[in-house]
Amino acid sequence: MINQIVEYLRNADPLIQMSAVAAVLTLLGIIFALTYFKKWGWLWREWITTVDHKKIGIMYLICALLMLFRGGVDALLMRTQLAFPNMNFLDSQHYNEIFSTHGTIMILFVAMPLIFAMMNIAVPLQIGARDVAFPFLNAVSFWLFFFGALLFNLSFILGGSPDAGWVSYPPLAELSHSPGPGINYYVLSLQISGIGSIATGINFIVTILKMRAPGMTLMKMPLFCWSVLASCIVIIFAFPALTVALALLGMDRIFGTHFFTMLHGGNPMMYVNLFWVWGHPEVYIAILPVYGILSEVVSTFSRKRIFGYKSMVASLMLISVISYFVWVHHFFTMGAGPGVNSFFAVASMAVGIPTGVKVFNWLFTMFRGRIRLTLPMLWSLTFIPCFAVGGATGIMLASAPADYQFHNSYFVIAHFHQTLIGGAVFGLLAGMYYWWPKMFGFKLNETLGKWAFWFFNIGFYVCFMPQYALGFMGMTRRVYTYPAETGWGTLNFVSTIGAYLMGIGFLFIVVQILYSIRYGERDTTGDPWDGRTLEWSLPSPVPHYNFAQIPTVNERDAWWEMKQQRKEGILPPTKEPLKPIHMPNNSSLPFFMGLAFFVAGFGLVFNQFIIATVGLIGVVVCMLWRSLEKDTGHWISVDEIKQMEAS
Amino acid sequence: MAEVTGSPISNQQLFEHGMEEEEKHILGFWIFLASDLVLFACLFATYLLLRTHTDGGPTEAQLFDIPMFTLETFILLTSSFTCGLAVREMRNGHLGRLMGWLAVTILLGLAFVGIEVYEFITYSLEGATMQRSAFLSGFFTLVGTHGLHVSLGIVWMVSVGIQLIRDRIQPTTARKLFNAGLYWHFLDVVWVMIFTVVYLMGVMK
Repeated sequence: MINQIVEYLRNADPLIQMSAVAAVLTLLGIIFALTYFKKWGWLWREWITTVDHKKIGIMYLICALLMLFRGGVDALLMRTQLAFPNMNFLDSQHYNEIFSTHGTIMILFVAMPLIFAMMNIAVPLQIGARDVAFPFLNAVSFWLFFFGALLFNLSFILGGSPDAGWVSYPPLAELSHSPGPGINYYVLSLQISGIGSIATGINFIVTILKMRAPGMTLMKMPLFCWSVLASCIVIIFAFPALTVALALLGMDRIFGTHFFTMLHGGNPMMYVNLFWVWGHPEVYIAILPVYGILSEVVSTFSRKRIFGYKSMVASLMLISVISYFVWVHHFFTMGAGPGVNSFFAVASMAVGIPTGVKVFNWLFTMFRGRIRLTLPMLWSLTFIPCFAVGGATGIMLASAPADYQFHNSYFVIAHFHQTLIGGAVFGLLAGMYYWWPKMFGFKLNETLGKWAFWFFNIGFYVCFMPQYALGFMGMTRRVYTYPAETGWGTLNFVSTIGAYLMGIGFLFIVVQILYSIRYGERDTTGDPWDGRTLEWSLPSPVPHYNFAQIPTVNERDAWWEMKQQRKEGILPPTKEPLKPIHMPNNSSLPFFMGLAFFVAGFGLVFNQFIIATVGLIGVVVCMLWRSLEKDTGHWISVDEIKQMEAS
Repeated sequence: MAEVTGSPISNQQLFEHGMEEEEKHILGFWIFLASDLVLFACLFATYLLLRTHTDGGPTEAQLFDIPMFTLETFILLTSSFTCGLAVREMRNGHLGRLMGWLAVTILLGLAFVGIEVYEFITYSLEGATMQRSAFLSGFFTLVGTHGLHVSLGIVWMVSVGIQLIRDRIQPTTARKLFNAGLYWHFLDVVWVMIFTVVYLMGVMK
């Protein structure tokens, strides 16, 4: 294995050698800084062993932003290579690896942790709970995600990255066509983080169903919680398909079975089906919570109740059901016949109906509202037209006969970036800005945020609009270079400029965060936006037990109603005396469980079965340890609560 | 449990807190089973697609041995019954009888896994390895995944048994035994599907 790695590094691209050196230096820098400032103990006690949902949410957010940087650099490398005809910036293999890791990272290690960050930060606070249903499991989920992402990123330093696209279709992803460890990295890192995602799905369904504050019936629940419930239901039923697809591909590569090979009866199309049984619902997993965020933001900054609450709930649930019946639209050209293609084409178009309902509800919420153009609201406003165009091009693709023309063209690239950036990223940024004061106790600077907003938005359209045209002009996905005679040069150059503008936008976000840590407006009220839901009734940042007293809910937008009652002089009923609060203990087991999975995965990547076995035994030992452990948590006394509340 | 100053925590409070915790765990476990069922559904779909892809190698009818898989089915169904008896004794508060039935369940589970390992080795020695054809890849993976689940279930029941001896019957151990029982019955349901789809359909003309 070590020989393999040394060999790989010696032959690697200078770019990879440079980034390997940079990665090692960064790591050494972090270790030095932690030692110098004596922060190891703090890091261990406050963060690594934490089971507090708010801290776990923040860790998801930090990892997601770091991964957004990595995925963004991948994107810029690709756009640089395509800026002119016959470019020699990247070779074909390197280009393959970059587009594969770009897609995988953006979907699984940026979009997923960002939605998990929002879920962790907001859901328990919105429903008036003290934690999620299974805090320990929540920490396990995070560390599985973390070590999955680590394993995936290790690939570009040790042994070579996956190079068969983010979908890793066999037979291209089989040993016969892709003999290096790259696809093994892909299979195992996604498998590890996928287990964590299923656990998160279970955790939040139970949290939402079982832990709502007294009086909060399902139909009084904030829409973000509804959207998380819908998203988690999709997770529960979609991720096992990914588990199977990856497991079978891994079996083919590591144990020599024949599920998807071209020999001995394997059928590659089965992988494609299993992958998209997960893959299509996955985009709804990413987008559904965004619908929830938008509903919260639009309603808060229009100072109005959301228009059509019930239709919003119904459309969320409808989308979560229809999302299972659309997966074949990713391969209409498979040859399944007109019957099957028609069914999936109609189902794909049908998703547009509940989505349209939501768009109209947001617009009607804004109608005659007193709108404040804060950063979260700006990102929400720009979401609407962008997502509408993405939806319209989606309908074009959903038409099976037309798809035979668009299939694998740049039109597809432009479409899904429009829905995933204009949808998921814009919405999640809105959510990040919205809940940032709640997480950290200060607002992010609006001026720098607006620079980021405009650079990112203009960059987005400059980057992706030309790609629709390029698709019509016959440019296909995954080409690493093209001759000048194709006439694609100009549009590609424009697109590259757009990509760099988006990169500048991202830098502005980084500057904004660094600047605001020092100078950002402090949030002393806990309710900087004049919010409507329960999280704004708490101080920022929130004490670790969340609510000293669990609130009783009578209305939708509970906190808004409470504020109105106070204004009208109808004071809320006198508070009951405080009671001791039960909280779970911190634990180092989730970290070690993630580490054990990492060791097992790393062993399997390089077919080192002894290392893999050690890792797997570690996993079972951790599980048994937890099972036999007598951990009943701890109680916080009334005096302590009084002290915390007074400070 | 940490010392609490100020107002003391009543037994009632502790009990209510405990019951809420157990209810959440049981609901969570049901949802986990739902997602595990999807996992098996995907494996079944793959198997059904590949069952005729034998690539000139051994077919289902040539491999499957009716007495052996009937015996496996009989053992696993019986173990599900004894597991139910263990949960029944838990409800009645008889720790001794509970442990007895749990031990019987574990032994039957071990017997099932033993026969399955014997079955797999026999097939492999006949040249029917999972590398031989897509059909065999599908067969070993589907049945093997179930077997792996059963093995994990055995480890889990042993762990719950240790906790029952240590902590007696109380909300936590009761919930753990209940969930382990759910898991065991779930594996039984999956096996009935394997019995029908893999073995019975395999030996039919």
